[in-house]
Amino acid sequence: MARSDDASDRPPVLETDALTYRLGDRTVLDAVSVAVADGETLAVVGPSGAGKSTLLRLLVRLDEPDAGTVRFEGRDYRTLDPRTLRERVGLVPQQSALVDGTVRENITLGPRLRDEPVDDAAAERLLVRLGLSGTMERDVNALSGGEAQRVALARTLVNDPDVLLLDEPTASLDADTEATVETVLSDLVDEHSLTAVVVTHDIAQAARLASDALVFDGDGGVERESTARLAEVDE
Amino acid sequence: MRGLEQVAAALVLAAVVVGIVSLRGLALEREWGLAIGRGFVQIMLMGSVIALLLSVPVAASAFVILGMMLGGAWIAHSRAGEIPGAFRIATAGIVLGAGVVIVVMTAVGAIEARVRDLVPVGSMIVANGMKASSLALDRFGDEVETHREEIEATLALGVTPSRAIARHVERGVRAALIPTVDSMRSLGWVWIPGLMTGMILSGEDPIYAAEYQFVVMAMIFAAAGLASLTCGALVERYAFTDAHQLRSFHGES
Repeated sequence: MARSDDASDRPPVLETDALTYRLGDRTVLDAVSVAVADGETLAVVGPSGAGKSTLLRLLVRLDEPDAGTVRFEGRDYRTLDPRTLRERVGLVPQQSALVDGTVRENITLGPRLRDEPVDDAAAERLLVRLGLSGTMERDVNALSGGEAQRVALARTLVNDPDVLLLDEPTASLDADTEATVETVLSDLVDEHSLTAVVVTHDIAQAARLASDALVFDGDGGVERESTARLAEVDE
Repeated sequence: MRGLEQVAAALVLAAVVVGIVSLRGLALEREWGLAIGRGFVQIMLMGSVIALLLSVPVAASAFVILGMMLGGAWIAHSRAGEIPGAFRIATAGIVLGAGVVIVVMTAVGAIEARVRDLVPVGSMIVANGMKASSLALDRFGDEVETHREEIEATLALGVTPSRAIARHVERGVRAALIPTVDSMRSLGWVWIPGLMTGMILSGEDPIYAAEYQFVVMAMIFAAAGLASLTCGALVERYAFTDAHQLRSFHGES
């Protein structure tokens, strides 16, 4: 998943420009400017409540920044139709947030609700890769937390985004399943030349998935660091 | 026997009950006595207001009904929590729901275009439009707060706000219509509505009383349905920003 070539050589797909977000009196993001290069996987780490999930929400414009903006492929995202932005930049939220119904209804939700054709075979193959074979017709309320999290991941992947935003994608998984999901994610990112931003509380996972990480300081600021260096410090 | 003589007879009966209560030392005679007296005064005042209304031109009915609609919208919006634009949504729901039914049924002659008919029948329709709007808004608020993460996850797939919230709007509309649909289902065998009872008691043909009662129930159903559908359509619009972001329902819209 972590590309060996230098990300700075490639043009940025997503860039934040002095992105600022406040919640009441608290500044969650304070003029954050970062760039995610085409095909890069960038980890996001930092203490709980530091604004990591908020950054992902702002990147798909589920929340509106108080100042600054985001550029997608060089274009201010306020000039884009939010639907187009969200089709191309897919968010997998930390909470699975599945809708009542079957696994099939959930993983095909995007294309179905946009009245687009659904590739059932591809969806089925994806479930198999994520260790969810045979669950297509199961009620999502009968899934375990880990299964639900993988269904949420599949739902975004079936939507075929160019950029993948993952908020703690393995938080509810046991160690074995976590390793499987990390491998599948790495393979999918490579196969589809995806750009990915992965929020994680686990520095080791950040190092496995990405060469660089945004480190939130808890006061609205961020710094870009090499994950190898972060892992060294963490040890 | 008619009018005050009937009132006197009913009061004697009520007084006997209060007297028995007093003799048994239950200490309820003051509370019950006041309730009976208060009820009599209130209903006579209401009768006087309606008698006064009967003397005004029929066009005045429109103002009276509009006042009822605005009052109903105020009450319905208070059930809506912090749904953005709740008063406007409730007003639109009631005005459209009850208004269309009153205008259409008056135009075809099912409601006679006179104050005596328009105001009381109109008030029944408005009240039911209010109830439906109130229930719909209450349910929409609960649905969106309970399912906020699902709605946002659906929006994040590039789905339009109206499709993302559709199942929750549908639940709100269904909830709003439950009392009306149940009343329809049970009509005639579980209960005989007050209007039909009153018409029969006042000497009207029971068949005609039944027909008219059904007309009123159908009008109530139509008004409630239109009101809740209107509220649902407008909630879709007010719940999201132009950038397809789900607004906060806690007063931070």
